[in-house]
Amino acid sequence: MEKTRTRSEHPLNDLLRTDRIPHIWCPGCGIGTAFSSCLVAVKAAGLDLRKTVMVSGIGCSGRGAGYTKLDSYHTTHGRAIPFATGMKLANPELNVVVFSGDGDLFAIGGNHFIHAARRNVDLTVVCVNNLNYGMTGGQAAATTPSMAKTTTTPLGNPEPPFNLPLLAFAAGATYVARWTILHTRDLTKSIEEALTRRGFSFVEVLAPCPTGYGRRNREKPLDSLKIYQERTITRNGANPAEVTLDFHRGITLGKFVDLERPTFLDAYEKVCSLTQ
Amino acid sequence: MKYWRVPLDMEEIEVSRGIVHIVEERCKGCGYCIEYCPRDVLEFSPKYNARGYHPPRVKRPEACVNCHYCETICPDFAIYSVEAPPDADPAA
Ligand code: SF4
Ligand code: SF4
Ligand code: SF4
Repeated sequence: MEKTRTRSEHPLNDLLRTDRIPHIWCPGCGIGTAFSSCLVAVKAAGLDLRKTVMVSGIGCSGRGAGYTKLDSYHTTHGRAIPFATGMKLANPELNVVVFSGDGDLFAIGGNHFIHAARRNVDLTVVCVNNLNYGMTGGQAAATTPSMAKTTTTPLGNPEPPFNLPLLAFAAGATYVARWTILHTRDLTKSIEEALTRRGFSFVEVLAPCPTGYGRRNREKPLDSLKIYQERTITRNGANPAEVTLDFHRGITLGKFVDLERPTFLDAYEKVCSLTQ
Repeated sequence: MKYWRVPLDMEEIEVSRGIVHIVEERCKGCGYCIEYCPRDVLEFSPKYNARGYHPPRVKRPEACVNCHYCETICPDFAIYSVEAPPDADPAA
């Protein structure tokens, strides 16, 4: 009896398509932890689960939508935010969560991100940042740290990475935070807060990709977690301009932005009322 | 026993006790739960699961404080803790 109980009662089973678990993510891949945190936050935020939707794009993280029992939408590459925006505007009652990766949201989908933030569309965007294109074989991405090795930068990446919290803040996001998968409690609390805020909320989650990034930078999964433990500092309210992604100087974590301004729908309704 | 962050009032608070459950067939053997359990409750099992990974097993059941950290760090929904009934004696 004890045996069957242990098989069936993981507290997130009710939000998982358990027939699809074990999922496709590699051993030690941080996406699973970020995803789990997201589901715990959805529960903790007390949202009406029948009115909560998860939207993903393409890539390893983009598989997220396919593993939850919430209504979900697996969209085309880079287009999670436009689909999510459409869904929110067509049915403002919905709580719309975008769960996707750095490549999807900030490379091919970068323009969608900045414009949704500028408009302050009421979405919660959780970005798993694993510093490279994992699914396609570990190529350099817009988030790859300087001098990091990838399949396309074998001697080291000559480019600087995006500072995602700064990008989100500058574009107009009203809630911005960054955590790692080691900081599960802060991360879950942040996603929960982001879900309850009106407006465009952004949570960056640093997560290991042992298969793509880790292998080429001599980082085993537990090494990545050790880096998250030793080279991070939590500074809530830190200036987003000062939280560049540099593992040598140290990574700043925390909630950086939490403010209010009219959402896209608020502003739109105001304009519509002018016609009367 | 290793702590990542030591609670300031650790000596005073009465900690709850937990029972940890492992869903072996979901585990991919990453070891996160084993490494970061604050009470050193877990260790790798010498046996393999159906997919060829070593899942964790419970080494010190009496030490689990039901903090759920293993549950939250696990990328594979393969481990979770529940509160032990107050009269249970896990050492027995
Ligand atoms: S390739 Fe990288 S990101 Fe993709 S599942 Fe494997 S570890 Fe995770
Ligand atoms: S609940 Fe906490 S103390 Fe118990 S096994 Fe998990 S991490 Fe360790
Ligand atoms: S964290 Fe999960 S997948 Fe990793 S060893 Fe523990 S139970 Fe297995």
